[in-house]
Amino acid sequence: MIQFEKFQLDNGLKVLVHQDTSTPMAVVNVLYNVGAKDEDPVKTGFAHLFEHLMFGGSVNIPVYDEPLQRAGGENNAYTTNDLTNYYCQLPAENIETAFWLESDRMLSLAFSKKSLEVQRKVVCEEFKEHYINKPYGDAWHKMRSLAYTKHPYRWMTIGASLAHVEDATMEDVKDFFFQFYRPNNAILVVTGNVQTEQVKQLAEKWFGPIEAGKPYVRNLPKEPVQEKMRSMDVRADVPLDMLMMTWHMGGRFDEGYHATDLITEVLGGGTSARLYERLIKVKQIFSSIDCYHFGTVDPGLLVIEGKLVKGISMAVAEKAVLEEIEKIKNEILDAKEVQKVINKTESVICFEDMSIMNRAHSLAFYELLGDADLMNKELGMYQKVTPAMIQQTAQKIFQDNNRNTLYYYSKS
Amino acid sequence: MALDRIVAPVIKDAIDFNIQLKPYQKLSLDNGVEVYAYEGGSQEVLLVDMVFYAGNSFEQKNWVAAATNFLLKNGTSTKTSFEITDAFEFYGAHLNRTCTNETATVTLHSLSKHFKEVIPIMGEIISEASFPEKEIAILKQNQIQRLLLNLKKGDFIANRLIDEYLFGFDHPYGKYSVEKDYTAINREDLMAFYEQYYLNGKCVIFIAGKFPKNMEALLNKHIGQLPLNKKDIKEQVHPIISATQKKYSIVNDAASVQGSIRLARHFPNRHHPDFPAAQVLNNIFGGFFGSRLMSNIREDKGYTYGIHSYLQNFKHAGAWMVSTDAGKDVCKATIEEVYKEMKKLREEMVGEEELKLVKNYMLGALLGDLDGPFQIISRWKTYLLNDLTEDYFYNTIKVVRSIRPEELQALAQAYLKEEDFYELVVY
Repeated sequence: MIQFEKFQLDNGLKVLVHQDTSTPMAVVNVLYNVGAKDEDPVKTGFAHLFEHLMFGGSVNIPVYDEPLQRAGGENNAYTTNDLTNYYCQLPAENIETAFWLESDRMLSLAFSKKSLEVQRKVVCEEFKEHYINKPYGDAWHKMRSLAYTKHPYRWMTIGASLAHVEDATMEDVKDFFFQFYRPNNAILVVTGNVQTEQVKQLAEKWFGPIEAGKPYVRNLPKEPVQEKMRSMDVRADVPLDMLMMTWHMGGRFDEGYHATDLITEVLGGGTSARLYERLIKVKQIFSSIDCYHFGTVDPGLLVIEGKLVKGISMAVAEKAVLEEIEKIKNEILDAKEVQKVINKTESVICFEDMSIMNRAHSLAFYELLGDADLMNKELGMYQKVTPAMIQQTAQKIFQDNNRNTLYYYSKS
Repeated sequence: MALDRIVAPVIKDAIDFNIQLKPYQKLSLDNGVEVYAYEGGSQEVLLVDMVFYAGNSFEQKNWVAAATNFLLKNGTSTKTSFEITDAFEFYGAHLNRTCTNETATVTLHSLSKHFKEVIPIMGEIISEASFPEKEIAILKQNQIQRLLLNLKKGDFIANRLIDEYLFGFDHPYGKYSVEKDYTAINREDLMAFYEQYYLNGKCVIFIAGKFPKNMEALLNKHIGQLPLNKKDIKEQVHPIISATQKKYSIVNDAASVQGSIRLARHFPNRHHPDFPAAQVLNNIFGGFFGSRLMSNIREDKGYTYGIHSYLQNFKHAGAWMVSTDAGKDVCKATIEEVYKEMKKLREEMVGEEELKLVKNYMLGALLGDLDGPFQIISRWKTYLLNDLTEDYFYNTIKVVRSIRPEELQALAQAYLKEEDFYELVVY
């Protein structure tokens, strides 16, 4: 059970405080309710590029990192399709430094030309390192654009193409900032050796004077129900054939979400999961295979991907996966297998909650979903999942017209 | 009064923090195996790390140590591989294996309440591992495929080659496996290695987290009766034979858009008196986000997504390494900039402000690194396995607090010399 207190400033900034006096440290986490899905389709990669620019100096503070490091702190950030999250950890005694830094970059960036020029290049190198100069690095670009036709999950956070990042202008940067990086579009979470009163006072002092922005009303195109199976062939200079399949699944608020999560555990969670045991160990069709999903807020994708053992044909591999899919649709799980995946989930939650950093991330994320206390209800939601619910959910998701397949062939 | 956003809030310097390494508890099992324990934490979870002197420096044939370590849990006299994994995973527990140069580890993560159910299985895999032929065949097949994939990656090739240049292919720190090593292994190799280095091996245990009341009794029952630590296992000594050629440029993939750059020189291990000071110098040079390499090569020039330098800490030797992936057309410029930064450190003293920042950063990060039971035991584990005591910890802090710019300059003059570095780019 993670205890926390919550209040809101007049400018709309939500603040959550979780106290843990066993640590000398504190974490200050600022989540902005903007992700790659909020981007203009002709200017993709912007939310992530922006994450880089947030370290290029703010209106009153030329460099973000140095004062934080001087205070004994470390920081980082990440961008997903749904959100952008900034966090720093520092000795609790120096927590005001984090408030000063975070509030100044929420007030306004410095919008330095040099920072934009350099970070465009850095992001292009990141793009190359992770998505071009790496075997199968383009697989997810291709899969996203195959599986989604309308919803902005059809591009990756790094951007749909290098050109979009290269073409970003200062004008775009300013517009993006003042549209999304406002207190009423953010959640501040403070965890560690802090007191609520102290956080209240610091939040009022540093974030209170920042003006609210125009409320952001998200109005994204819905992905239409897929009606026909789609597939794509890729041939590339990779050593092994890869098979990647996805099926559309519900979003974070879908009633089948927890059952879906457990389905991915039954199929792909660890080396006693079905796909590993049957397709790698017993049948030796794949040399590696995974089943997972991204836990996205809007309807997402359930993924199965694996590399084929050399000499096995794509058709044989696909058939073997589909046999496992039929099994989970047609045969009800025994109670022990369900208990196992619930136990595993309990364990994952306990280990995740060990650090004040993870607790801060989770509180911010669940508050974004609507209520931070959902974090404490999560295990209960999993415990309610029955074998019948898993079967029903599997039957709903695993339909051929809901499937997208990438056949990724080795040229050699 | 208007809020002053220009002036930073007052801070307490991390160099003034009283940083303590909390002590461990030590117990001995019936068979003499030593257990180092740190109890605490907010969650009902625990960790058990069984460290065996079974790293690859003990093997006669390449890959035997790693394969033995990996396959420990893939079958015992009474259970199949699936039954073992399923038994752990049913309780939400995780059993990991890692094999390094001197030691090989079997690590259990478990909810405290299920420890009593999973510790018997941990004991069983140590005492009754059976290495089924089929499991060996599958591992070989998948390992070869993984290697084929990795050989496409410039960074993978670069990491292997730079270690080979430094230590020589016949040294545990420099060797790596090729396809024929995988095919050459057979069950007898693994059984023999297992019997010598696990079943009758030398072991030390580290535990941390929230313990059940009968923790010691459970460990004694399931681990304390095994025939461990009966024979002394002598560490193997291997000569270091470094490459004579210093500069390499290799084309692994003609279509590559980046080059993997590695620059490295030999550097002593933690026992050398220069080590703590070198950690400070390394941080200034390329050891954290605010370092000179990162500021210059990423934040000013945009040549790379990231560049890092670090001290590679093996037990008996070490290296000072610079590592980055940079755009193909700027690899040469990147290397020149690295050398320029070395030269600057040799010729100019580090400014007081920059030094203070780095000291505060290092000690603040250290405070954060010691936060939590797993972190504390992990630090003790590093020290104990490397024959270090808490003096090393407090001495390092003392050096970080007190080191002067002139000492750092002298250190740079001794170690950051272009001509001492191996230089490798893999495209």
